[in-house]
This record gives sequence, structure tokens and C-alpha cells, in this order.
Amino acid sequence: MKRGLAIYAAAAYAFLHLPLATLVVFSFNASRFTLWEGFSFRWYQSLFTDAEMADAAWNSVIIAIVSTVISTIAGTLTAYGLWKRGSRLLSGSLYLSLVTPEIVTGISLLAFFQWAFRWLGWHLGLYTVILAHVSFSIAYVAIVVAARLRTFDPALEEAAMDLGATEWRAFWRVTLPALTPGIVAAALLALTISFDDYVITSLVAGVDSTTLPMVIYAMARRGANPSINAISALIVVIFGALILISERLREA
Amino acid sequence: MNRLRFWFLLPARVWFVALFFAPLAIICAYSLLTRGVYGGVEQPWTWESYRRMIDPLYGIILLRSVVLSGAATAICVVLAFPLALFISRATRRKNLYLQLVMLPFWTSFLVRTYAWMFLLRDTGLVNTALIGLGFLRQPLPLLYNDAAVLLGLVYAFLPFMVLPLYATLERLDPALLEAAADLGARPRAAFFRVIVPLAKPGIWAGVALVFIPCLGAYLTPDLLGGGKSVMIGNLVQNQFTNARDWPFGAAASLTLMLLTLAALAAVYRRGPKDLL
Repeated sequence: MKRGLAIYAAAAYAFLHLPLATLVVFSFNASRFTLWEGFSFRWYQSLFTDAEMADAAWNSVIIAIVSTVISTIAGTLTAYGLWKRGSRLLSGSLYLSLVTPEIVTGISLLAFFQWAFRWLGWHLGLYTVILAHVSFSIAYVAIVVAARLRTFDPALEEAAMDLGATEWRAFWRVTLPALTPGIVAAALLALTISFDDYVITSLVAGVDSTTLPMVIYAMARRGANPSINAISALIVVIFGALILISERLREA
Repeated sequence: MNRLRFWFLLPARVWFVALFFAPLAIICAYSLLTRGVYGGVEQPWTWESYRRMIDPLYGIILLRSVVLSGAATAICVVLAFPLALFISRATRRKNLYLQLVMLPFWTSFLVRTYAWMFLLRDTGLVNTALIGLGFLRQPLPLLYNDAAVLLGLVYAFLPFMVLPLYATLERLDPALLEAAADLGARPRAAFFRVIVPLAKPGIWAGVALVFIPCLGAYLTPDLLGGGKSVMIGNLVQNQFTNARDWPFGAAASLTLMLLTLAALAAVYRRGPKDLL
């Protein structure tokens, strides 16, 4: 029984990891085709000379950083406010935004922007992507920070206030430092989600705001191109590292 | 305190009203309007778009979404259960085993879906290998069908089933299994009559976590189904872009939203509250 389980688990882990592992291995293939013809960095080289890719990566980085900063601040404040006193309406909205399918969020934001912009004369662009990313990241941040708050003793804040601290000072000097690992973990989560999002981004992006996932998607649709393997391998490694850091912090 | 709390909650409240509920309200309104001549929407108000949702032409898409999501969920339960059991019984390195389950999940959804395109397409690794080894002359059509979409969904959401199952199995008291054995139950009977019933909250939590995102899947059917295995998410996208029928796309979005909430309510009533 025990051995059977171990063998099964090995097979399950192979199923989970082999597809990505082969992708990474073939990113070093010298051939354009799926036959192994020797080790080469040529797909990585072509990646770094690709101007379209560089623009898209730059857009993705800007969007991810700005939306992470905004959603981390708003989400942390939300978690703290709800921890002080709950609000069924707001926490219900947070969960509702989490279960709403991405395509529905994306389409409704697109319809909303187009409706609003008819009068304002604005256009879709980087900032519409950032607005969209913040609106789906707030809930993730709030939930991760709220989990951290559950282990925080409210008496510490009361003690600070008994000793003469204002509400704000107690929050800033006592509670916030204790929450830092949770907030950093939440920010890393928001960063990876934003950097990876394709569905919502592709709907609300303007002509000048193509992101990295949009470029990868277009390449994947066009057909075989080992450059996708190379960029995928880089993303797998970077994301893996970020998430491991985030997990460590959440446990800390 | 209440003053500070008011200001703290203000950004999220404003954000949700302006960029979540207002857009949803617009979608609700669009779904009841008529398609404009050049795209967009026009008066009069009508239920026509909802009537079209149950037209056999589109009903098949609804049906496929529900069936594929249900099948993916069922397969995930079967595949995840032994894995969760293995992790919960492991004497050391439990955290490593759990992180190994989550790691592929956290690496870009797009990349994970592309990995299967890389493996399954006509010039992909599986076909190239089978032809190279002389098993095949022509590549097998592995991609762009319902099976490929099902595989992609199972692969994408399996971790969501393992985690809640592990959480319940971890709490299971081993003494209960010893008691079952002492009372004459064989391992098989003990599994189905002791372990599975006690793991029910975990199973239901996993069902919610897998079924709901499957229902709203867009990228998996788009890339692995390639227009031949269309789900509701793709219908929504297509109506807003190529077909330029916003009222129908809006009605499809709300149908998807309602199905999602109905699924959530159905599972939630069964009580895995502390796991969701």
C-alpha cells in the first residue's frame, strides 16, 4: 500500500513537472524543430535582440510594479479596516471579485471603458491595464494580509494606545511592522498575477500597451518558434524564485 | 477608531463601485439591449439575447462547458486523492512535497498551456518522437479537440484539488484506521468507508476550486481547443470581438456568472466552509 502510493506520487509529480521541464530543455536546442540537435543559446540570443519582445517586457514590468504598489496599499488598508470591524458587503465584494471568471471581468471592464471614454475622449492604454490589474489584485492582497492579521494580538495595539499613541501611530509603528512579511508575500503574489495575466490584459490594452503574455500568446498561435520556449524557461525560473520567496515569508 | 477605518476602507470601496460593480451593471444593461448596426448597442430593450443562449447552436457550448468542467473535476478528484494521501502520510519533507505540487501552478498559466501545445501539436514532441521511433507515419491529431482541452484543464487545476484534500487528510486521526482494521475491515473497505467519508469537506472544497475556474476557462479551450472545442468564455470573447454582437456577449457573460455562483452556492451548502 505504502509503496504503491509512493510510486503513484512519483508518476503524479512527473505529470505535473515534465511538460515544463521538456519546454525548458528544448529552449537550449540548436534546431528550430523538435529534434535535438545539440546545445545552443541561440533562442535566448534572438530573444534579447527582439525589439518587440523588449517593449512588451518593459510594459509588463511597469504595469506589474505600478499595479502591485497600488493594490498592495489598498488591499492592506482593506484587510486592516475589516479586521477592526467586519463589513459583509465589502468582504462579499472581495470574494465575488475572486470567483468572477477573468473573461467576465475583462469584458465588463472593456465595455465600461468604451462607454465612459465616448464622453471623455480617452483611449485604452497602459493605465487602463493598470486599473484592471489593481481591481483584481486588491482581493488577493486583502486575503493574504487578513490571514496574517488573524495571528496578530489586538492587545498590542491597545497597549500602544494606552501609552499615548494615536490610532494612526499605533497602526504605523506597531501593527504594520508585524504585518510586513504578509504584506511582502501579498505584493509578490500580486506582482506575479499581474505579470502573467493575459485574458483581462488583452481586452483592455491599447495599441501601444502590448504586454509580454500578449506577445507569447501571439507567437504560440502563429506556430512553432523555439523563442517561446526560451522566454517560457526564463519566466518559469523567475516566477519559481519569486513564489518560493513569497512562501517563505508567509510562513515566517 | 471608526474614522481611521472609514478612510482605510475607502479606496477599496470606491474601486469596487467604479471598476467592478459599475462595469457589471453596464453588462447587465447591454444584455437587454439590441445589437447596433455597426456593433455597439441600441434600443429597444429585449430578452432576445437570453433566448438565444438556449438555442441548440449555443446550448451545445453551454453543455460542453459544464460537461468538460465536470469531467475535469472528477478526474482531478481521482488523481489528487492518492497524491494528497501520500503527502499526508509522509513522515518528512511534507512541505517540499506540497511546494512541488504548487510550483507548476505558480509558473505562468500561459506558459503551462503552451507546454501542452509544444507536446501535442503535429510537429510537437510526442508526434515527432513516435514518428522518429517508427510507430507512426502520419502525426496523430492530438491537439484541437475536446480531449486536449480536458487534459489542459486537469493539468491546470489539479493542484487546487490536492491542497484541500491534503488539509482534511492531514487532520485524520490514524487511530480511526487502526480501529477499522481491528474491527475486521480490509484496507479497501477502510479506505471507502472511513477515509473517503471523512475527507468529504476537502473533496467539496476541491470541487469548488476546480469546477468554478474550469467553467470560466478561456485560455485552455482557446489554445488547446483551437476553435473546435469552444467553451462559454470563448463565446463571450468572440461575441465582443469578431461577431460584434455585444448584447449576446453580455448575456453569455451573465449566464457564465450565474452558473459560477450557482455552482459555488451548491458546493457551499455542503459545508466545506473552513476550507474555502
